[in-house]
Order: sequence, then C-alpha cells, then structure tokens
Amino acid sequence: MDMTAMVDVAFLLLTFFILTAQFRAQDAAAIETPSSISGIKVPDKDIMTISLSKEGNVYFGIDNQQKRLDMLDNFAAANGLSFTDKEKKAFSLLSSFGMPKTQLKAFLNLDPEKRNAYKQPGIPTDSTGAGAANELKDWVFNARKANNDLRIALKGDNLAKFPNFKNVLSTLQAQNINKFNLITGTEAPPAGWTAD
Amino acid sequence: MSEIDTSGGGGGKGDGKVRSKKASTRIDMTPMVDLGFLLITFFILATTLSKPSSMTLNVPDKTKTEETEPIKASNVMTIFLGKDNKAHYIFGKAANEDPEVKTVGYGYDLRKAIQEEARKVPADKFVIVIKPTKESTYRNMVDILDEMAITKTKRYALVDELTADEKALIKDKLKLDV
Repeated sequence: MDMTAMVDVAFLLLTFFILTAQFRAQDAAAIETPSSISGIKVPDKDIMTISLSKEGNVYFGIDNQQKRLDMLDNFAAANGLSFTDKEKKAFSLLSSFGMPKTQLKAFLNLDPEKRNAYKQPGIPTDSTGAGAANELKDWVFNARKANNDLRIALKGDNLAKFPNFKNVLSTLQAQNINKFNLITGTEAPPAGWTAD
Repeated sequence: MSEIDTSGGGGGKGDGKVRSKKASTRIDMTPMVDLGFLLITFFILATTLSKPSSMTLNVPDKTKTEETEPIKASNVMTIFLGKDNKAHYIFGKAANEDPEVKTVGYGYDLRKAIQEEARKVPADKFVIVIKPTKESTYRNMVDILDEMAITKTKRYALVDELTADEKALIKDKLKLDV
C-alpha cells in the first residue's frame, strides 16, 4: 500500500501542532473556574494571575521569568531577606506559588519532585487589604514595580467562598487597582442574545 | 500492514542471464510513521486550543468619594447570594419596610426574575444591588455578573457589606444567619 500521502498529512499535522503548542504551566493548585458568556480572551503577556483555590488559599504568579526574578529581588530587599542563585533559579521556574515569606526559602531548597508534591498553604491575606500580615499586597506591589504594564487576572475556583475573594479584592483596592479580569471558562450565551 | 513493494523490477525475463539483484531504493517507513503518529497524539493532548475567556470587573475607587443622587428604593432590586446556590431578592422596598423575599436558583429563573422586575420601572432608573453573603461562592458571584451581561443591566453594584436591616430580614424570613 502506498502510504506516502498519509505520511505527508500526518507530518503536516505534526508540524502544525508543534508550532502552535503552548504548554500548560504547572500550577500550584488545581482550579476549576466558573464559566461565563464573556468572549474577551485573556491577554498573552504581561499578566499577573492571582488564583483562589476552593479551600480559600491564594496563589500568585506572573508570566515572565525575568520579571519573576526582579520581583523576588524587590520583595527580598523590602523584607530583609536574601536568596541564593540556586533559590532564585528555582523561583523563576514557578508559574505560581503560595508560600508565606517565612517558609519560602525552605520551599525553594526542596528537590523539584518534592516541591511539586508539596501542598502549598497559600499567601496570607486579610480583610482590610493593607494589614501587616498581608503578604499578597507586598507581592502585588513588587510585581508591579518589576513590570509596570502588568494586568491583573483573578482566577477563582467554583467553590471558593466569597469572603476569601473579598480579601483579595480589598488587597487590590487598597493599592488603588480597580480594574481586573476574572478568568472564566467559555459558555454559549442564551439563544437570541447579541452583544451590544 | 505497511509493507512496501521491494521486489524491484525485472523478475519476468527467464533468459538465463545472471543479473545482479537490483537494490531497492524504497525503505521501510513503518517506524518513522509510528513515531510521527505518537508525536501527533502527544501534541494534540498537550495543547490547550481553547483559551479561557475573561470578564472585566471594574470597582469604584475607594480613595474618592463622589456625591451622587440618592437612589429610590422603589427602583432597586437587591439580590442576596445565599447558600446552596440560591439567590434571594427583594424589589421596590427597603429592607426595613417588610418586603417580600423571593428565592430563585441561578440561571433561567434568576434571569426571568430580573427581566420581570426591570419591566416595572423605566429602563434608565432600574438599579440592581448585588450583595454576596459569606455563604455564597465565587461561582455565584461570576454567575450573577454574567446575568448582568445577559440581561444588559447597565446599572448594578456589587456591595459586600450587609446593613443591619438586611441581616435582620434574612434571618427573619430565610432563617439564614449571615
């Protein structure tokens, strides 16, 4: 049997998928987002993602690896911490993390396999958004210091309770950030509905 | 399965001449094809073709206080997001005026309720106040914001503090402690 044509098509498909592939980043927690009819796509770059798991833990991440390092440097300087090059390297590979600052160093020193399996407790927040124990505000501040163009995406789990979301909201509002994107799945609008 | 004819040409001449056997220029492509399909399968499974969408949420600036005209309770529909994926709403009366509390599920029922109440007042006066309680989930909040987009309600507010009257009302009528 002459397979040439089939092989041609197969490799064409292979090329297509290789070129369009965008790998799913490993996230700190599995999050199932609700769906909405909104058709706006999430921007590709300059994006800060604050995730809220169903237990109410907060995870934080920015997309650019170089900016992650800048952010860590800013954060370390502001909090009197220091990180070795190895720890910085490990940090730059995390697409999102949820560790309090006191445990971050030990977490970065774990073996990669152990680190992936480690259950991260989430970044501390509070209800006023500006308290001393609120570390999310420091991360948000230092991330924006590292990259001023960052847009903010909130990614919450279906089952996350509203008060936890409110804590994140007030943290952002306390820094005068009043516009964000909520990441949702896509669902079809009801029949007959048209956008304005 | 994927045999390729390698017999070459020139088998039919039986004239006794000794011919050197012609080496075939064709190769067995089976392993390459196998590998190709394996990779295709991998990339199909590993890619995320449908990107998630995002809805924008703008909240008012906390540092600025703007004086605005007070809103009449008769034009306001207040929706409380309760527990177990139920929404409760009052319309036309303030919480201390003994309003009727109706309970609906999210989705079609809620949409119908919003559209019904919106018809009772002039379109530019109708206001929805969304009050999530601590029992509600993030999903409830996204659902209700989505309903705002679907019903094209232009004036709505997300308020996270319940007044004492509203707390009493919910406790009294719905037996919910919020």
